Amino acid sequence: MAETKPRRISYRAVLPFRYSAGRAASRFFAELRDNKRILATRCPKCTKAYVPPRPVCGECFEPLKEWIEVGPEGTLVGYTVVHFPFLDPLTGRERPVPYGYGFIVLDGAATKIQHFIEETDITKLRAGMRVKPVFREKRQGNFGDIESFRVVG
Amino acid sequence: MERKVAIVGVGQTHHKARREDVNMMEMVHEAVLRCLEDAEITIDQVDAVLIGNMEHFEGVNLSDMWAVDFSGALGRFGMKITTGGSTGTTLSIASYYHVASGLFDTVLCIGWQKQSEGDTTAGLVSATDPIWERASFAGAFGTFAAAATQFMKEYGVSEEHAAKIAVKNRQNGRRNPYAHLQLDISVEDVLKSRVLAYPIRMLDMCPASEGACAMLFASEEKAKKITGRPAWVAAAETRHDSPFIGDVPMFMDLRTLRAASSAAYKKAGITNPLKELDVIELYEPVSWAEIAFLDALWLTEKGKIRDLIDKGVTNMDGELPVNPSGGVLCTNPIGATAMLRVAEAAIQIRGKGGARQIPNVRTALATGYGGNWWSDVMILKDRL
Amino acid sequence: MEKQFQDIIVESKLDIPYSYYAGPIASRFYDALEKERKILGIRCGSCNRVYMPPRATCGSCFKEMTEWVELKDEGEVVNFTIVHYEEPIHPVKAPFAYALIRLDGADTAFIHLLGEVDLGRIRIGMRVKAVFSDKNPGNILDIDHFRPV
Repeated sequence: MAETKPRRISYRAVLPFRYSAGRAASRFFAELRDNKRILATRCPKCTKAYVPPRPVCGECFEPLKEWIEVGPEGTLVGYTVVHFPFLDPLTGRERPVPYGYGFIVLDGAATKIQHFIEETDITKLRAGMRVKPVFREKRQGNFGDIESFRVVG
Repeated sequence: MERKVAIVGVGQTHHKARREDVNMMEMVHEAVLRCLEDAEITIDQVDAVLIGNMEHFEGVNLSDMWAVDFSGALGRFGMKITTGGSTGTTLSIASYYHVASGLFDTVLCIGWQKQSEGDTTAGLVSATDPIWERASFAGAFGTFAAAATQFMKEYGVSEEHAAKIAVKNRQNGRRNPYAHLQLDISVEDVLKSRVLAYPIRMLDMCPASEGACAMLFASEEKAKKITGRPAWVAAAETRHDSPFIGDVPMFMDLRTLRAASSAAYKKAGITNPLKELDVIELYEPVSWAEIAFLDALWLTEKGKIRDLIDKGVTNMDGELPVNPSGGVLCTNPIGATAMLRVAEAAIQIRGKGGARQIPNVRTALATGYGGNWWSDVMILKDRL
Repeated sequence: MEKQFQDIIVESKLDIPYSYYAGPIASRFYDALEKERKILGIRCGSCNRVYMPPRATCGSCFKEMTEWVELKDEGEVVNFTIVHYEEPIHPVKAPFAYALIRLDGADTAFIHLLGEVDLGRIRIGMRVKAVFSDKNPGNILDIDHFRPV
């Protein structure tokens, strides 16, 4: 067999999706969009308030029906500034760097949410800092209605 | 009542950034042939074939179907198992279940990934929740970076500590002919390398590799006919955690690993793991994770693992070597990565480690990790 | 009473480029297609089956195959369908015909498009011949379609 140069077969997949957000998310997003309020569902057994809200508590396997408001401020628990650009499949392009990213415990919530942090200077960030959400002017009813979190105080 | 099961053959490819010379299925076939050769059997002696990868990295769904000629699955029992990063250990544990149940005598499992053929982080994004987390997800390193800053604060671990792990594993990798990365690096090299997302630097992070691993599990009767040195399965445990990345209180305090290892030790009759384990192959996606995840293995008082590490206990020549193969930090073809932990543990028990062989290995522990914060544990022994 | 909230749909997409190493067998096949306008099959030394598309291993015998066979660029339609609806992923505009074609010399059939044909007159067993593309996409569409002979 003659020497053959290795070939590559290329294919760009652009797959559209339409996800039903579900009852918990639909209510959460409506509140975010219309009133700039952040909600959680609370477990009657273990009293944990979950963000993202969900219809069942995983640990207790109890249905969650109680909605409470949490935040809007919270505490930055873990954080970073991302310098490595990568392809964002939601846009098909590289996400611009640097950007801040972290985990926030909203006041009253038991879980953390992950989101962008406005600050991109790592020396200005510390675990334990207080943060608040920056809402978009035009909100659409999805998690992106919060643009990022900003350090306060 | 379950039967005794042993690993009687291991095969793996020489892992690389790009295997230009083979396509996905040819690469799978390489590992399969090497495993059959190691076990000294033919494909006809295999009852079932379990295979898995993380499909979005290559964008080829029904990957088991496309592999059927090459995996030996044609006309055989089998299934595809895919559980993200833990795919390889889930495959191993499932193989164990298949044989332990008494329904199959010999099971071949294959884990593989051809990472360069798709976009790794874009592929990983597809594993995030599209309604809540996908838009802001910052990749595996973004998550681990934010987890590491929390870890630094709570546990007093520094960038130097992480860098030492990166150095240890890469130097270990130089003794493993199959390892993708074989780097002669120092702590200084790590601390000078490019920051991906603070505090994770390029040299703290695992690579994206192309490779495959295959193992043969056999019943006691078959195992004794096939080889004089079986690696017996003493325990296999799995624990999963909550759906969203931020649900667990403290990331690096891997509660699923605490629970899984505790149950595994009980099953294997181990009461003092630091003394009774001879080697650990730990799934460490990033240097920081090795420190945190080791802490979850009950080797010492909670939060005090650094003392053992600083004393050199986990070095190649230490009392309890961790990742003599070089670990995930050297080789990471995701569908195979967790399986390589079990495979390398089996290699150690069977005395086939060559330059990376730890002397007198009788009991080995392997862990698998997947998102979010899942853990698998397998304990292997040279006798049950 | 629970207030009714409108069901929200989250629009999303995955836009990811893939680039697969074809491996030595497929690379050789596509080289022959592009440079020599030849269609190659591969024969198993054990069971003598000739596979098209060629592959490295015979699944039934679990053996490597190394014997290349030059196939005729003609064969017969084993089965076919006419696609009547539109989908972005389709290679040509509907209505169009897909067929399972077995080239002379091969034991397996493969899928390709039928062109230059009256869709109402396609028959199982019909003889067809490859028409090569003047573009070279570097995949199976280096053959543009098969036409009746």
